[in-house]
Amino acid sequence: MVSLTINGRQYAVDAEPDTPLLFVLRDTLGLTGTKYGCGIAQCGACTVHLDGQATRSCQVSLESVGDQVVTTIEAIEQDEIGRKVVEAWVALQVPQCGYCQSGQVMAATALLKQTPHPTDGDIAEAMTNLCRCGTYNAIAAAVRQAAA
Amino acid sequence: MHPLLPGASPSRRTFLTAIGGAFVLGAVLPVRLARAEAQGPAEGAGALAPKPGTRVAAFLEIHPDGTIKLLSPFVEGGQGIATGMAQIVGEELDVPPSRFVVECAPPGPDYAVVNGIRMTGGSFSTRSSYETMRRLGATARDLMIRAAAARLKVQDSELTTSDGVVLHAATGRALPYGELAADALKLKPNEAVPLRDPKNFRYIRQPVPRLDVRDKSTGRAVYAIDQKVDGMLYAAVQHAPRLGTEPTRLANEAEVKAMPGVHSIHRLPGAVAVAADSWWRARKAVEALKVEWSAAKPSGIDTVAADFSSETMLAALKASADPGHVAEEQGDVAGAFARAAKVVEADYEAPYLAHAQLEPPSSIARFEPDGTLDVWLPNQMPEVFQAVSAKVAGLPPAQVRIHSPMLGGFFGRHFTYEAGNPFPQAILLAKATGRPVKVLWSREEEFARDAVRPLSFSRFRAALDAAGQPTALEVRTVGEGPIGRYFSMMMQTPVDPSAVEGIVGKPYAVPNRRMTFTKIAHPVNIAFWRSVGHSMNDAFYESFLDEVAGAGGQDPFALRMALLGGSARHRTLLTTVAEMSGGWRRGPYEGEGGMRARGLAMASPFGSETATIAEVSVEGGEARVHNLWIAFDPGSIVNPAIVKAQVESAAVLGLSSVLFEQIVYRDGVRQSQNYDTYPVLRREHMPKVHVRIVESGAPMGGVGEPGLPGVPPAILNAIAALTGQRIRALPIANTKLSAA
Ligand code: FES
Ligand code: FES
Repeated sequence: MVSLTINGRQYAVDAEPDTPLLFVLRDTLGLTGTKYGCGIAQCGACTVHLDGQATRSCQVSLESVGDQVVTTIEAIEQDEIGRKVVEAWVALQVPQCGYCQSGQVMAATALLKQTPHPTDGDIAEAMTNLCRCGTYNAIAAAVRQAAA
Repeated sequence: MHPLLPGASPSRRTFLTAIGGAFVLGAVLPVRLARAEAQGPAEGAGALAPKPGTRVAAFLEIHPDGTIKLLSPFVEGGQGIATGMAQIVGEELDVPPSRFVVECAPPGPDYAVVNGIRMTGGSFSTRSSYETMRRLGATARDLMIRAAAARLKVQDSELTTSDGVVLHAATGRALPYGELAADALKLKPNEAVPLRDPKNFRYIRQPVPRLDVRDKSTGRAVYAIDQKVDGMLYAAVQHAPRLGTEPTRLANEAEVKAMPGVHSIHRLPGAVAVAADSWWRARKAVEALKVEWSAAKPSGIDTVAADFSSETMLAALKASADPGHVAEEQGDVAGAFARAAKVVEADYEAPYLAHAQLEPPSSIARFEPDGTLDVWLPNQMPEVFQAVSAKVAGLPPAQVRIHSPMLGGFFGRHFTYEAGNPFPQAILLAKATGRPVKVLWSREEEFARDAVRPLSFSRFRAALDAAGQPTALEVRTVGEGPIGRYFSMMMQTPVDPSAVEGIVGKPYAVPNRRMTFTKIAHPVNIAFWRSVGHSMNDAFYESFLDEVAGAGGQDPFALRMALLGGSARHRTLLTTVAEMSGGWRRGPYEGEGGMRARGLAMASPFGSETATIAEVSVEGGEARVHNLWIAFDPGSIVNPAIVKAQVESAAVLGLSSVLFEQIVYRDGVRQSQNYDTYPVLRREHMPKVHVRIVESGAPMGGVGEPGLPGVPPAILNAIAALTGQRIRALPIANTKLSAA
C-alpha cells in the first residue's frame, strides 16, 4: 500500500510501484479528469501539480510521489488562481474537443502561481502541451486574461 | 436509389458529399435493413419508419424544472454541433440554448436527418439538418401551445410563448413547458407550423456560448476513455507489425499469464490481447508477450508486403500508364496544347497522414443477461457501428445498444475502418471472458492501426498563350480515395470524388480542361481525414496555378482575379482576404527578424468557399508561418464564434500537415509510433490566425473542414515567393529551405 495525498484527501493505493501516477489517478481512483494522450511526456494531457509544479503524470511512478502533494483538475476550482484560469477559459471559449484542456488548465494555473504576470515568452515556455484542435492562440489569450 | 438513402433522391454530388463515410467490415451494410430491425417488430400495416426529424418525442425531453434534453442526431467532438443544435431548436421552440442538455441519440430511424442517412461528417451536420431541426422546434412549440389551450380552455391564437412558458396575455396566466410536456406529446403534431422570421432570430446567428466549455475546462467532460462499467476487465493489445498477418505462436504465455492482475490472454484477428484488472497491468503484460506472426507476402502492393514502403507505393502511382476515367472535361485540350506558346508540367505528391486526435480510441462491450449487447464507443455513425457490432457479436442489430460519448477529437477518425477500430476486439473479448471488457489502444497501437489519409499523386500540365494566359489544364490523378474504398457500389462513374475533389470543381475559367482519375488501390486502411481529398488536392492545384502564373509572367493575385471573372462570390472573397492582410503584397519584403513573403490560395470545399493568404519566413532552413488570413464564405451561419473557432482549428491542421506530418512505411511497417515520431503542430509554430466570415447568402455550406484546404497551398506559394523553391512533395519538413 502506498499512501498519496491528492486534492487534500488521503488515499491508500495498492499497485506496482512503477505504475504511472496517471493510471493510478484514472483507473484506480476514478479521477478521470486527467487525460492519457501519449504516455511519453509529449502531449501534456496528463498534467497535474506535484507540490504546485506542473508535472506530466505519465512520467511519475507511484513510488516516486512520496509525500508530494498531488493536485488534479478535479480540485482546480478550489484554488483561487485555478478558478480565475477556468473563468478565463470559459469567457474566451477556449476548448474545442476539450481533451487536452484539463492539462492546459493545470499548466496555466502552475504558470500563474509562479509568474502572476507572464510575458509572451513565459507563456511559450510554460504552455507546451499539445492541442490537436489548434486552440493555442485562445489558450494564450485566456492565460493573459486570467493574469490581468 | 441506393438503400443507404431511403426516400431521398439527391443529386449525385449532394449524395456523395452526404455519405462522407460509412463502412463496414468488408462490405457496406444495408443500413435501412438494420434500421428496420432496430425498430423491432412492425406495428401493423402502416408501420413505416417515421420521417426522420419529425417525431418530437424522439428528440426532446422537457423536464419540470424547465431544462430540456435534446437527443441530437450528431456527436459532439469539438465542432460545436451540440450548441448549434440547441440554438436551432431553441430558436423555434422559444427556449434559450443555455437551458439545453444535449446528448447523442441512440441508433434509430428518427435521426437519419442527413439526406436520409445519419452521420457526423462531411461538414454536413448543420447544413443538412437546419430546416428539419428548426421545424422540429417549431412543431414542439405548437404542441405546447395547443396543450396549454386545452388546459386553459382558450383558443390557440390567444396564446404566445416566451422562454419556455406559454402565456395567456388576456388573463396573465402562464404555463411552463415542463408542466405541459406530458399532455403536449399526446397530441398529433401539426404538419405545417410556421417558422420564425429570421429577422426576429435571437439565438441563430449569435455567438451563443458553447454548452460544454465549462465541463471541458474542469475535467468533468466524459469521453469514451473515461467510461467504466461494473465488473469490467481492462484489455490492452499488441497489433501485428504488418497489417494482414496473424499471431501464430506465443512463446511465453505461461510467464505472462502469471504477471500481476492478468486475467487471460487472447488471440484476435491481427492482434493479441491481455485482459487484466487494470489497463496498466494489461498493457505491461501484452507488451511482454513474445509473439510470432505469420509471414507477410514478400513483395507487391496488393497487400502490406514485407518490403512495402511509401516509396514503392508512390512509384507505382507515378508509373501507371492506365489512362483512367475522365473526371472533368471541357473544350479542346489537345488543340490548346498544340497551339501553346509555352507548356508547364509538374508532379505533386502527398504522404499518408494519421488523424492523431488526442484521445486514444477505446471501447467497452458488455453482454447483458438476456443476451443483448451494450457497446460504448467513439463513433461518427451510430447505426453503422450498431450493424457491425451486431455482426461481430452474431446478434440482430436490434439487440445491440450503441452509446456515443463525446469525442476527444475526430477529424474523420471514428468511422468503421475494418482493423482500424477497437470495438470488434472489445466485443470478442467480452464474449470470450464472459465479462464486460474495455479495450484501450495505447498511443503506439493507435499509430499502428489508425486508418490513414491516402498517399496521393497528381500530374499537372498547362498550356499558356503568348500573353502568358493559361488556355488549357490537364491533370492526371492516380490513387484511391475513401469513398471509392468504402462506397464504390454507390458511385455512378468510376471516378472517386474523394480522390479528385479540389482538382475538379475549381472556379477558374480556364477554357480547356481535362482531369482524369486512375484507380490504384492502397494495401493499407485508408480514411476520411479532415477535408478528405481537398486536404492535398487544393495544395497541388493552387501551387501549380502559381507555377502557371510565374511561367506566364503574371502576379498570382492578378491571374486569379482574371480567371474568376465570372464569379462575383469568389472575387469578393479574394478582395476581402487581400484587404484583411492590408492589401495584396507578395514580397519578398523586409519583416520583423528577416525577409518574408506571402502566398495566396482559394478552395471550394464542402459547399463553402475560402480565400487564404499566408505570411512566411525561413529560419534555419525551416518555414515559419507568421500570419494566416482567411476569408470564409459558408453562405450563411448559425454561430459566428463557433464558425471562427472551427475555421482556425481546421487551418491549424492544414498548417500542421503541410509543415510536418507524414506516416512513412518502410519494410511494411509504419515508422511513427507516437507524437515524437509523428510531430504535430506545437505552440512554437502557431501563427496569428485572422478569420473573417463573409455571408454571401448562398446555400449553407460546411464549416468544420473548409478552413483547411487553402492553408497548405498558401504556405507553399509563400515559400516559393520567398526562396524560389517550389515544393511539390509534402510535407515541407522533407525539404531544406534556402535562406531568403
Ligand atoms: S500522456 Fe503524459 S505527456 Fe502525454
Ligand atoms: S481542444 Fe482538442 S486537443 Fe485541444
